[in-house]
Amino acid sequence: MTAPVNYLLVSAVIFAIGLAGALVRRNAILVLIGIELMLNAANLNFIAFWRYSPNPEALTGVMFALFSIGVAAAEAAVGLALIITVYRHFHTTDLDRIDSMRG
Amino acid sequence: MTWIVHSLWLVPAMPLLAAGLSALAQRTHRLLTASVAIGSMSLSLLLSLIALAEVLRFGSQDATKHVFNFGWFQVGSEWLKIGWVLDPLTAVMLVMVTFVGLLIFIYSVGYMAHDDNFARFFCFLSLFAGAMLGLVIANSLLLLFICWEIVGLTSYLLIGFWYQRPSAAAAAKKAFITTRIGDLAFLLGMVWLYSQAGTLLFYDNGAGCLEHTALIRLMTQTTTFGMAASTGIALLIFCGAIGKSGQVPLHVWLPDAMEGPTPVSALIHAATMVAAGVFLVARVYPLMSGHGGFDLSPASAPALKVVTWVGAITAVFAASIAVAQDDIKRILAYSTVSQLGYMMLGLGVGGVAVGMFHLITHAFFKALLFMGAGSVIHGCHEEQDIRRMGGLRKLMPITFATYAVGMLALCGFPLLFSGFWSKDAILHAASTWSASRAPFYLAAFGVLLTAFYMTRQVIYVFFGESYRSEQAVTPPHESPSIMTLPLVILAGFSILLGLIGTPAWPWFSTFLDGQQVQFDLRGFAESGVLAVMLLSTVLFLIGLGIGWLLYGNKPAESRAASDPVEQFTPRIFNLLRNGWFVDAFYTATFVRFTTWFSVLCDWLDRWVFNGAVQIISSLTLGASWMSRSTDVFVVNRIFDQSCQEATLGGRLLSRLQGGRVQSYLRIIGIAFAGFVLFLICGHHG
Repeated sequence: MTAPVNYLLVSAVIFAIGLAGALVRRNAILVLIGIELMLNAANLNFIAFWRYSPNPEALTGVMFALFSIGVAAAEAAVGLALIITVYRHFHTTDLDRIDSMRG
Repeated sequence: MTWIVHSLWLVPAMPLLAAGLSALAQRTHRLLTASVAIGSMSLSLLLSLIALAEVLRFGSQDATKHVFNFGWFQVGSEWLKIGWVLDPLTAVMLVMVTFVGLLIFIYSVGYMAHDDNFARFFCFLSLFAGAMLGLVIANSLLLLFICWEIVGLTSYLLIGFWYQRPSAAAAAKKAFITTRIGDLAFLLGMVWLYSQAGTLLFYDNGAGCLEHTALIRLMTQTTTFGMAASTGIALLIFCGAIGKSGQVPLHVWLPDAMEGPTPVSALIHAATMVAAGVFLVARVYPLMSGHGGFDLSPASAPALKVVTWVGAITAVFAASIAVAQDDIKRILAYSTVSQLGYMMLGLGVGGVAVGMFHLITHAFFKALLFMGAGSVIHGCHEEQDIRRMGGLRKLMPITFATYAVGMLALCGFPLLFSGFWSKDAILHAASTWSASRAPFYLAAFGVLLTAFYMTRQVIYVFFGESYRSEQAVTPPHESPSIMTLPLVILAGFSILLGLIGTPAWPWFSTFLDGQQVQFDLRGFAESGVLAVMLLSTVLFLIGLGIGWLLYGNKPAESRAASDPVEQFTPRIFNLLRNGWFVDAFYTATFVRFTTWFSVLCDWLDRWVFNGAVQIISSLTLGASWMSRSTDVFVVNRIFDQSCQEATLGGRLLSRLQGGRVQSYLRIIGIAFAGFVLFLICGHHG
């Protein structure tokens, strides 16, 4: 059972890249992109675990992935809308400068 | 009822008005105040004479009292009524007070001529005269008491007139406090009388407290020791008279009262105010004797027995003290006390007429003596010690002549002088008193003493070597005529007044009783009258003779040496000189007790009551201090501490809330990594 390991490694790499992007980038859009990357890494994991599962005929992984992509699309739309609103308000998308929620 | 009964109030109102006016006047308005005072007294005298004439007119056929009563104020449903009464007693007193008062007012103009507070003096004198006249006309015990107290106040003010002198201030205080003791009993008697009789009016057409109905009720009620209520009330009222009239044991204030100006001594402390006590007893005589008439005194009346004994003892007691005094005014003061004792004795044994007759005659000759003494003091430059006078007979002839008249009247020189007749009436009544003969013997001995001490005084002052004093630059001089004229008038009355009360023509007593008088020489033939007259004459001559033998024709050097009586019996003389040590006794007992009691009260106040207050306040303070420290150190600290902790915690937590999304994410990421690591290690570990 070595086959899924490759997939999982790829997905882990993608997740790490996404996480790093989300944590490191200052631009809100790029952070959103990082988040999308992490979501897609998760989707890859779903597919990989489904493909090498004991019962692949059930299509559970595919269903999960499809739902997840749908949710991610909605989330991206909400996220972008938020970013546009934030931009309108603060005239920037630099997340370090948007700190009005500081305690 | 004529207009004089209605307007009798004008008699006291005149001097009161004058007092009010003088009080408003400035100190420099000397002429104004004096003339207002003298004018008001003249008017009062005029009104009094009209009143007397009125009483004389309807006197014999109409013995009822002429009263005018009105409601003063309402208490609950009852009206408290006051009013005035016009009867022979009132009329006689009115004329006496206004007449003597007027003469003394005139005399004061001369005597007080150099005093700065001339206006104040006349203000007080007028106030006194008004109150005294109000006292005389009062038909209500309450009104009488009010005037009685005003009279006491003016006495205080006038004794302390020269208040710069500590002795005068002390004497004023002593007089006020001593008489207050008697007044307290008087007040109690008055309250008792009101509670029993329901009225304080003397005469009220049958409803007054001195009239038949009330008297019967008072006499039939018995109180403690089986005493009739009337006796108890009478004794309490008599206590007031004891204080005011200087009877033993409350006589101590009267000699000290001589610190006041001499006209005051003459007017207030010899002629009128001290006689108020005698007048009071005469006024409430029905209560004292227990029946409505004025004529006879039943020896069975217990209140009158007390009056008699107090009077007799006072008469001799004070006369004995007068023997050993050196101050010219103190001798006269003790003489006054003694004579007041005679009046009380006369009231006790002989009825109103006997006592009042002596009161009237005494008022004239004692005022005369005091004014004569004032003239002497004035002439000798405020010297009062009789041992340092002498030979004034030639230097002050008018004063000497009038003084001698007064002295003879006081001693009871036979037949000519008023004092003889009035004192004789008392002696005669005492000799026939059924209860005991002792008051008669006491009074007779008093006659001897009176003659003795007056002889001693007159010889010291007027006879012998002439006045020589190192201090006096100018020799003694006769007083101005404004002072000697009243003396002459009074001397005339001191002689003539006796004629209205001789046994042959007892006009005075019948006048007071409202009867007709007729001239009848058989009055002398009544049992004992001539014997008593003879006895008093002999006693007077003995007293005079002893006095002349001991003091007459002695060289001036012997004056500086000790008194002849002192050489004879030094211990008794010392006892008498110090007034039987009554003052010392009071100082050692009552005064000391009072002082001790005040110290105790002070101690109680300071340590017990104050201590309790202090403890309570300390406890309150302690409790509040505790409460405060609990607040500050416990509650506040806990609260502050917790707030601080909360703040600190909030500050720490607020660090996490950086407002930066990525830092949150970072924490989530680290936590997630940690969690994964934990799971991995958990599986392998």
